[in-house]
Amino acid sequence: MKDELVTLILDTLREMGSSGQFTLDGVTAETPLFGKNGLLDSIGLVSLIVAVEQGIEDRYQKAVSLADEKAFSQKKSPFRSIDSLADYAIELINAG
Amino acid sequence: MQAETKITMNAPITLITGTRKGIGQYLVEHYLRAGHQVIGCSRTQPEWHLDNYVHYNVDVADETAVRHMFSDIRRRFKHIDHLINNAGIAAMNHAMLTPISTLKNVLDTNVIGTFLFCREGAKLMQTRRTGRIVNFSTVAVPLSLEGESAYVASKAAVESLTKVLGREFAALGITVNAVGPVPIETDLIRGVPADKIDNLVARQAIHRLGTPQDVANVVDFFLSPASSFITGQILYLGGVS
Repeated sequence: MKDELVTLILDTLREMGSSGQFTLDGVTAETPLFGKNGLLDSIGLVSLIVAVEQGIEDRYQKAVSLADEKAFSQKKSPFRSIDSLADYAIELINAG
Repeated sequence: MQAETKITMNAPITLITGTRKGIGQYLVEHYLRAGHQVIGCSRTQPEWHLDNYVHYNVDVADETAVRHMFSDIRRRFKHIDHLINNAGIAAMNHAMLTPISTLKNVLDTNVIGTFLFCREGAKLMQTRRTGRIVNFSTVAVPLSLEGESAYVASKAAVESLTKVLGREFAALGITVNAVGPVPIETDLIRGVPADKIDNLVARQAIHRLGTPQDVANVVDFFLSPASSFITGQILYLGGVS
């Protein structure tokens, strides 16, 4: 499941990057998504979250909110890397 | 009821709320005539069917039902081009005689409904980096119409949402604007005493009731591809400002 989520996030980023906003060269599961040296600006992060939520709904038939209050109250932000976002998504999918 | 429909593969996809009757029904026919694929919703099933029109029975303030509706729209149509948040309810009474249940009903449909559809609609527009959202306010807001505190407060909130979302969605190529109609001969004002309507019309620059065509004209303007540089605006009919 973790691999599926990481692939989903990478595919989404690739699609977003194809419009020239950024490049995925050298991107790994540990690459910061947001914040200092992050791949995305704030609107890019919003777009990624929406697209990943839609991807999760398509694949797992689960409606999850990746950016609810819980996400922002996590000590370590789930949006700090692809890896952490995948972990957080799995947590929500399994809880739902 | 007949509507001439010539739909093409690349027909714009237009979602309209509150389509069972009144202005919503008029806008469905208007955009079908213009060749759009039209999607609509209302709490109860309309008594009519049209080609190239898909209807959902949904309460616009029911978050779960609205999310299901948008999931189904995404599955069937992939995206939408236009969202017209026409669904709305009015309440007319002196503030001292207005139960909180009335206020909550009005806020649910007008504010929560508009917010939910803007939120979910933008998700179906953002991938293509283009979209148009048109919300519905009323001239009762700038006129601070007495006797309509719940309705006016709800529509003032819709105006604020329009302005804020216009900014939030700008980077996604989505514009958000609102039309502010004057009273129009629909169920919404049926039951309002004639002298109240006459007084309101007298406060307009142009002294007549509005028509669905007047509203459609403004919506057409906001939906136009040429209006890509116009967002966060409230356009009132009848010369009210």
